[in-house]
Amino acid sequence: MTAAVSQHDPKASAATAGNREQDTAAPLMEIRHLHKRFSLSGDFLEQLKFKSGKLIREQEYVHAINGIDLDIRRGEALCVVGESGCGKSTVARTVMGLLAPSQGEIRYEGQRIDNLSTKELLPYRRRMQMIFQNPYASLNPRMTIQQTLEEPIRLHHPDWSKERVRDQVRDVMDSVGIDSDWGPRFGHEFSGGQRQRIAIARALAVDPEFIVADEPISALDVSIQAQVLNLMMEAQQQRNLTYLFITHDLAVVEHFGTRVAVMYLGMVCELAPTGTLFAKPRHPYTQALLSAIPRLEDDRPQHIRLQGEVPTPVNLPSGCVFHGRCPHANERCRKEVPTLIDVEDGARVACHGVEEGRL
Amino acid sequence: MSDTIVPGRWARFRDSYLLYSFKRDLIAQVSLVIFALLIFAAVFAPWLAPANPYDLAQIDILASELPPFWIDGADPAYLMGTDAQGRDLLSTILYGARVSLIIGFGAVLMQAVIGVSFGLMAGYLGGRVDAFLMRLADIQLSFSTLMVAIIVGALVKAIFGGATFSEYAVPLLVLIIGLAEWPQYARTVRASVLAERSKEYVDAARVMGLKSRRIMFRHILPNTLSPIFVISTVQVANAIISEAALSFLGLGMPETHPSLGSLIKSGFDYIQSGSWWITLIPGAVLVILVLVINLLGDWLRDVLNPRLYKG
Amino acid sequence: MALLEVNNLDVRFALRGGDVRALRDVCFTLDRGERLGIVGESGAGKSVAAFSLLNLIAKPGYIAGGSIIFDGKELSGMKDRGLRRVRGNRISMIFQDPMMTLNPVLSIGEQMVESLKAHRRISTREARAIALHKLNQVQIPSPETRLDQYPHELSGGMRQRVIIAIALLLDPDIIIADEPTTALDVTIQAEIMDLLLELCDKHNVGLVLITHDLGVVSQVTQRMLVMYAGRVIEQGPTREIINGPQHPYTQGLINALPQMATPGSRLNQIPGSMPSLSNLPSGCAFHPRCGFVNDANGAPRKACLDKVPGFVDSGNCRVACHMVAELVNQQQRDSREEVL
Ligand SMILES: Nc1ncnc2c1ncn2[C@@H]1O[C@H](COP(=O)(O)OP(=O)(O)OP(=O)(O)O)[C@@H](O)[C@H]1O
Ligand SMILES: Nc1ncnc2c1ncn2[C@@H]1O[C@H](COP(=O)(O)OP(=O)(O)O)[C@@H](O)[C@H]1O
Ligand code: SF4
Ligand code: SF4
Ligand SMILES: [Mg+2]
Ligand SMILES: [Mg+2]
Repeated sequence: MTAAVSQHDPKASAATAGNREQDTAAPLMEIRHLHKRFSLSGDFLEQLKFKSGKLIREQEYVHAINGIDLDIRRGEALCVVGESGCGKSTVARTVMGLLAPSQGEIRYEGQRIDNLSTKELLPYRRRMQMIFQNPYASLNPRMTIQQTLEEPIRLHHPDWSKERVRDQVRDVMDSVGIDSDWGPRFGHEFSGGQRQRIAIARALAVDPEFIVADEPISALDVSIQAQVLNLMMEAQQQRNLTYLFITHDLAVVEHFGTRVAVMYLGMVCELAPTGTLFAKPRHPYTQALLSAIPRLEDDRPQHIRLQGEVPTPVNLPSGCVFHGRCPHANERCRKEVPTLIDVEDGARVACHGVEEGRL
Repeated sequence: MSDTIVPGRWARFRDSYLLYSFKRDLIAQVSLVIFALLIFAAVFAPWLAPANPYDLAQIDILASELPPFWIDGADPAYLMGTDAQGRDLLSTILYGARVSLIIGFGAVLMQAVIGVSFGLMAGYLGGRVDAFLMRLADIQLSFSTLMVAIIVGALVKAIFGGATFSEYAVPLLVLIIGLAEWPQYARTVRASVLAERSKEYVDAARVMGLKSRRIMFRHILPNTLSPIFVISTVQVANAIISEAALSFLGLGMPETHPSLGSLIKSGFDYIQSGSWWITLIPGAVLVILVLVINLLGDWLRDVLNPRLYKG
Repeated sequence: MALLEVNNLDVRFALRGGDVRALRDVCFTLDRGERLGIVGESGAGKSVAAFSLLNLIAKPGYIAGGSIIFDGKELSGMKDRGLRRVRGNRISMIFQDPMMTLNPVLSIGEQMVESLKAHRRISTREARAIALHKLNQVQIPSPETRLDQYPHELSGGMRQRVIIAIALLLDPDIIIADEPTTALDVTIQAEIMDLLLELCDKHNVGLVLITHDLGVVSQVTQRMLVMYAGRVIEQGPTREIINGPQHPYTQGLINALPQMATPGSRLNQIPGSMPSLSNLPSGCAFHPRCGFVNDANGAPRKACLDKVPGFVDSGNCRVACHMVAELVNQQQRDSREEVL
């Protein structure tokens, strides 16, 4: 089990790094004290402003991620849930090296990867792949399916013969259940579900061990969602994959996830094994989120009503970022940022109320 | 499951929206026919033209300013009449159109090479590169084509002499018009690169580990071709007009090697004396050429605009 | 008599390959104050059905047949002027994309006053008062200031509340809501749904709720239609359909939900995907994906491949499926034999 990690104290996360030897199995991926902010103020000239007679440089930021520590263990499916804009995609994109973190580290098998150049990153690219949300935008419209699938194989195995590359493409097409006759066709000729299969095939083409999937089924219909989820679970069993699975659909998480991280405004507020989280949500936000899922049950259950709306990540609230909407907020919540603490059943919660035993 | 027959390129073109809309658009059809005829005539001018206007031996100075065939006093040997130097006007126009088209396409090719590379880099790499290249484009735009022509012309004439300028007029004009108008391309390409860059297939290519250059040219460029095609038609028409204007002002093609523009200029002095055809017939050809290119461009823009149709 | 009655509605799009039939044989009714759900996959024809109720189908589309009777009057052939009196006034619509209803350059108040004055002879002052009252009803915080704000200044959830307020503005008899919460987060969705339910109940407004979320349908509506490839393949009381779907497609749809499988196990997927409307399979449009095409002898049922299934009443539901028809016939025969 990983040691307690504070969300905000860098010393605490350094201590975790020291304790890592005690872990039975080192995590595949470690996210340490991750921050990401986006500047809203344009280039240098646009940042200059006149204020009370002085020319000053002023910058405004979107604080998309505000200190996240996560371990992803080999072979698990770690699900990240949260409402739109809470920073799920930003986590995925930073982990994949599509964005550079503003602060913090990303480690893959203990090796820092967030500061590597494109070339140094290449060996890791083969081992970690990504599946995107929008199957209509994630395939290059000017490339045939064959070209799309061959490209990553050629890049990572430049020494392979043409036949070997073609065999690999055929194998991967077989394994995701798409017809090998589709090769010469273009992406726009296929339905959303078929395109998502092709995108999965592209990710699997180089035999990765870790896959980040950013809302891979959100754009699909219910009956197709089931097909794609089944495919991803099969691939996980056959290839021993590790997933970082991002979604806002809690029913999918319950079915698919090994562990769940619930995010709110760029922070993890609860991290727990899936069964534990659904049986006993501890954080007030998690409780509200779970109670809001529309279920097929007979009567409309009473869901927890939250006050107000999600604040903008431009001006983060002080203390607990959830305090403006939390029914249990007190004075301490408004001032002090809660950190993730271990509670029973392997769950970890960042809430003063839980820590104080009020909840 | 869907059928597994893979349509070939030709079948795909036959079923395409491009062809479908072309078949329904009379203006586009007529424009294409006229454009093709003009191109054909220009390309095969040495075989089609009754005379070679560059060959001084073929010029009969006594036959100058003969009117076209439908006017009294015409010589049936000169269908469109002759100009002030006694050159057969039809042949001169065919050769002139050839020069105009070479310069037009050449200049656009040059604009496209500079503009597309700069636009791709600015849009994809962003940041400083973007700021630098776009400022460069702004500066370039603040010089008009005329100013570039005057500066380059003066430089060449000062360094190599007027004869060299006349000799290398075609490549020089390509250079001048190419240099003066690349920012149009750069801006259009940059805008569509910005739109494409935010699509997930570009992220997918990055996640794969591809180098920036390959992503720019192999993935993004093919998806910005539609606006490039559309703007190219406008730019060819503009380049032909620019060349005509420069020639008209005496900054372009010499009269011994006339383009449509210098033909118009050479006849301009004779309008007063009643020989209007020396100016007006090449003028009409120029207008028709530019018009059909623009009409084709309009049609192409309507067809390629993804908001107007759903494939 | 029902407030809204749709009979054999047939909507087509005139495309270059010929007509595409986006809706066929669509029949349903809606009573005053009733809540009806329409579910189906993307492209099944849910939005087309909603739009055609108000004759809002855009150009290549047209209503090729059938009738839409609202409050005793036929809407499908009605002239624009008469329709305008119904649209927004007696039947109002909520779109999935809030920006389809809201004009970005007008303030919320201006838009509400404008649509009130288009239908009622009242002063701007009165109209503003009504607008304020409606904003209060949808529980928007500080409604007075909202009146002068522009749509982009509001969050997604608040915009959707404003749209509900606009939909309620003229005290309509029916609200048609096309995926009103699809763009919203679960917690916000739950609140908006609560609100919509409460208001419809209180004012006895009929609701046609279009969604692809079976959870929402089961919690909000009393009756539901399931659409597939332009047809209503099953309709009836929501609870009965959710608890005992009869049509193989409805069964597949409900069984494919993750909550229907034990965590970590395979989901019960329906193979294949919905055919395109321009290239429908023969007979029952669902037959290439259907697990019940084969009859008791294990051979494909001929009717499924050749004949478009008609509608049969089975219990309180109406289903378009040959297999269900056979079962119903069997039961009827059995019960007759019992009587004899
Ligand atoms: N303007 C149009 N031209 C041609 N076909 C159209 C047009 N509008 C809709 N259709 C077709 O009508 C069918 C039904 O579309 P509709 O928008 O009703 O689907 P839907 O069930 O609302 O789907 P979604 O869940 O994606 O909103 C689709 O096959 C669609 O392609
Ligand atoms: N490139 C960007 N520039 C500015 N802000 C961004 C950018 N990407 C994301 N954001 C902001 O960061 C926050 C988190 O975004 P995202 O990770 O996409 O959320 P999610 O995936 O959870 O919906 C949002 O407020 C979003 O607007
Ligand atoms: S820390 Fe306080 S405000 Fe935050 S969730 Fe816990 S009780 Fe609520
Ligand atoms: S009619 Fe036949 S193919 Fe269609 S759903 Fe019923 S059993 Fe299946
Ligand atoms: Mg996202
Ligand atoms: Mg729709």
